[in-house]
Amino acid sequence: MSELAQTSLEARMQAARKGQWRRLPLIDDPRWRWGIAVGVVVYVVLAFASVDVNWARVAEGAGRAVNFLSAFMQPDFVSRQKDIVAGLLESLTMTLTSTVLGVLLAIPVGLGAARNISPLPVYLVCRAIIAVSRTFQEIIIAILFVVMFGFGPLAGMITLAFATIGFMAKLLAEDIEDLDWRQVEAVRATGASWWQTMNHAVQPQVMPRLIGLSVYRLDINFRESAVIGIVGAGGIGATLNTSLSRYEYDTSAAILLIIIAIVLLCEYSSSHVRRWTQ
Amino acid sequence: MLTLSGVTKRYPTGDRALTDIELTLPKGQVMALIGPSGAGKSTLIRCVNRLVEPTQGSIRLEETEITRLSGNALRQARRSMGMIFQEYALVDRLTVMENVLSGRLGYVGFWRSFLRRYPQDAVTEAFRLLERVGLPHAIDKRADALSGGQRQRVGIARALLQSPKLLLVDEPTASLDPKTSRQIMRLIRELCAERGLAAIINIHDVTLAQQFADRIVGLRAGEIVFDGLPSELTSEILTTIYGEEDWDTTPEPMDDDVSDDSISHPPYAREVPGLAAGGAR
Amino acid sequence: MPVSLTTQGLPVWKRRTTRAQWLQYVAWLLGISLFLICWKVISDNTMWVFVEDAGRQGADLLSRMLPPKWAYANVLWKPMWDTLNIATLGTVFGIMMAFPVAFLAARNTTPHPLVRSAALMVIVSSRSINSLIWAMLLVTILGPGVLAGIIAIALRSIGFVGKLLYEAIEEIHPTPVEAISATGASRMQVMNYGVLPQIMPAFAGISVYRWDINIRESTVLGLVGAGGIGLQLNASINNLAWDQVSVIFIMIFATVLVSEWISARVRHAII
Repeated sequence: MSELAQTSLEARMQAARKGQWRRLPLIDDPRWRWGIAVGVVVYVVLAFASVDVNWARVAEGAGRAVNFLSAFMQPDFVSRQKDIVAGLLESLTMTLTSTVLGVLLAIPVGLGAARNISPLPVYLVCRAIIAVSRTFQEIIIAILFVVMFGFGPLAGMITLAFATIGFMAKLLAEDIEDLDWRQVEAVRATGASWWQTMNHAVQPQVMPRLIGLSVYRLDINFRESAVIGIVGAGGIGATLNTSLSRYEYDTSAAILLIIIAIVLLCEYSSSHVRRWTQ
Repeated sequence: MLTLSGVTKRYPTGDRALTDIELTLPKGQVMALIGPSGAGKSTLIRCVNRLVEPTQGSIRLEETEITRLSGNALRQARRSMGMIFQEYALVDRLTVMENVLSGRLGYVGFWRSFLRRYPQDAVTEAFRLLERVGLPHAIDKRADALSGGQRQRVGIARALLQSPKLLLVDEPTASLDPKTSRQIMRLIRELCAERGLAAIINIHDVTLAQQFADRIVGLRAGEIVFDGLPSELTSEILTTIYGEEDWDTTPEPMDDDVSDDSISHPPYAREVPGLAAGGAR
Repeated sequence: MPVSLTTQGLPVWKRRTTRAQWLQYVAWLLGISLFLICWKVISDNTMWVFVEDAGRQGADLLSRMLPPKWAYANVLWKPMWDTLNIATLGTVFGIMMAFPVAFLAARNTTPHPLVRSAALMVIVSSRSINSLIWAMLLVTILGPGVLAGIIAIALRSIGFVGKLLYEAIEEIHPTPVEAISATGASRMQVMNYGVLPQIMPAFAGISVYRWDINIRESTVLGLVGAGGIGLQLNASINNLAWDQVSVIFIMIFATVLVSEWISARVRHAII
């Protein structure tokens, strides 16, 4: 303990003996403490100043808010039933195929992105793929793919598969990087080839989490499939977008409720699957 | 000062943790509560300050009937009973001083405690207690930076800052080495004598109990099977409490299982029928 | 791992029993057929003419995007600032709302099971609906602008932060809480002394993590009119100004990398 800290402790003990005690400040240096506090205040002021609100427009929108809330009380599943069912079907198929493809493609990328089993050039390429796929929102990727592949669920599927690659490969690579290396060495010591090592030492350690993550990603992909329709990549999002722009709030409410229900279902079953694989 | 009559606790699972406990503790008496794991020792102590709700019976601290209290009145009653825990139960991420001062929570309002603006006399007393338990230099250390014995001392200081009339002590030495255990027991004993406190001490270690308590109560399967002076505790009685064992060659019962807060089936239930001498008063 | 005897009486080791093996085949068959059916649905809804063209379209897109029109970056500072504000203020408001919700939703701190179900309901609805959908709703109600974006991000964050936080609350050590209750502390004081210090690291970590995610999400909110750099993105795409789009992409990429780095550093420092 430095001398300064020692004297300040003595001072605090003296004060405590007389009944004076304050909590230790979170940040020792008062300059930093005040600097950060002032910085936060300045930022908040500037940030709020840059938010300009058109109150007239808000007041006008309040009526719609009421409409929307009342629509939630009486959601309309019927009048656009065909659109809803078609959108839902598209979303679900997109979710499933994209997750399967994404996970399959993520496995080689993940192996390549694990520093401990792959050579540097492969590692860099795979990490770059992961970084690009994770940085951009699904919707941005969807825009590009819609331009390339045309409107419809195929673009959506490719988008989601691409996003899945980034997500799964990163987690898979992290898993492989901190797996139990002794087991790998034990298998290698038997004279196993690279493939045999993967199959007998790496796969058993990574598999349970891989399954759990895939189920989790399935859930995410469904949620995302509800949005990418906004830019024309098919799915329930397109139906939702249309209903909102037509001011058919009761249909929108119905769609939102369906989404919530399906997500709940997914979450419930995925927690079961994860418990079962562990 | 503390009177338990007919106290029974049945857990929702149907396990009976305590059956018809009759116990009176006079002022200033240090009582050791011994018994096998799962005998209901922790449950009994927790019934007294209502961390566990007794199913039946009455518990009176001086003139207050504790079992019927709620809200503020319960807080006030808890204030007068300091509790010391097996795993110290300090809040790891708070400093030692904050942990000790938390003993005053029953006396100060929310905002005062939130802003850590404790009254001057509380701070003085807290510091005096830290000096008493030998940790004045640790005031600004975080609780998780202390050793086991030091943490237990902080726990004791916290309990005493409540200015209690009664100490409830739950396995104070179960996580400590033998030397520290003796130091802690001696400290508790001395503090009780200094302040005229009564204490109920749950303890596994029969030797420690005999050395430091005025009176020993043996609990088995939720019933009191012995109540008497430490000198009256013979091997036969130990057999009644704990079951068959060669007590004279192994003076300390080896009991690995330190946790007995949930009632499990007493292991010797069928082997020793009936109650032995010195049974419930 | 069953070992059976062959007709010659030699032990044979198989990984699974015959029955388990068959069940596995059936499961694979079902899974693959389901995948093929889904694929069929998608391919029926696809104009394959466009898809055959995809390579050329992609190359065309790339050639229009490159080189990026760097001068356009000067227009983007203000929208980027808006994006940061949407993410930061949205996170702050989201956390402020999520905090009480988490306490109501955790099994060990909730005042009543009914309150708990209501809090869980709030968390689930907030989590299931993407911030972009929240933004779409809010833009129809509040009109386009940063405000809708902030509220959308805040609403979406409630569920995320609330869920992780209430799980953290349920995992705290019960003994300090018991000890603080035993001193005669009130409910709020028990929360403040017994629960709060235990969840503080998790809380800070979750908040920073969510802020990082929110930066990413706020970059696209503009597509539905909720302010930020997404507005510029939308405008550039509609004008087919792909050389501007690539500048925007590069800015988003850089911002997200920086925010991810900050978030990782902060979380590392906390743990």
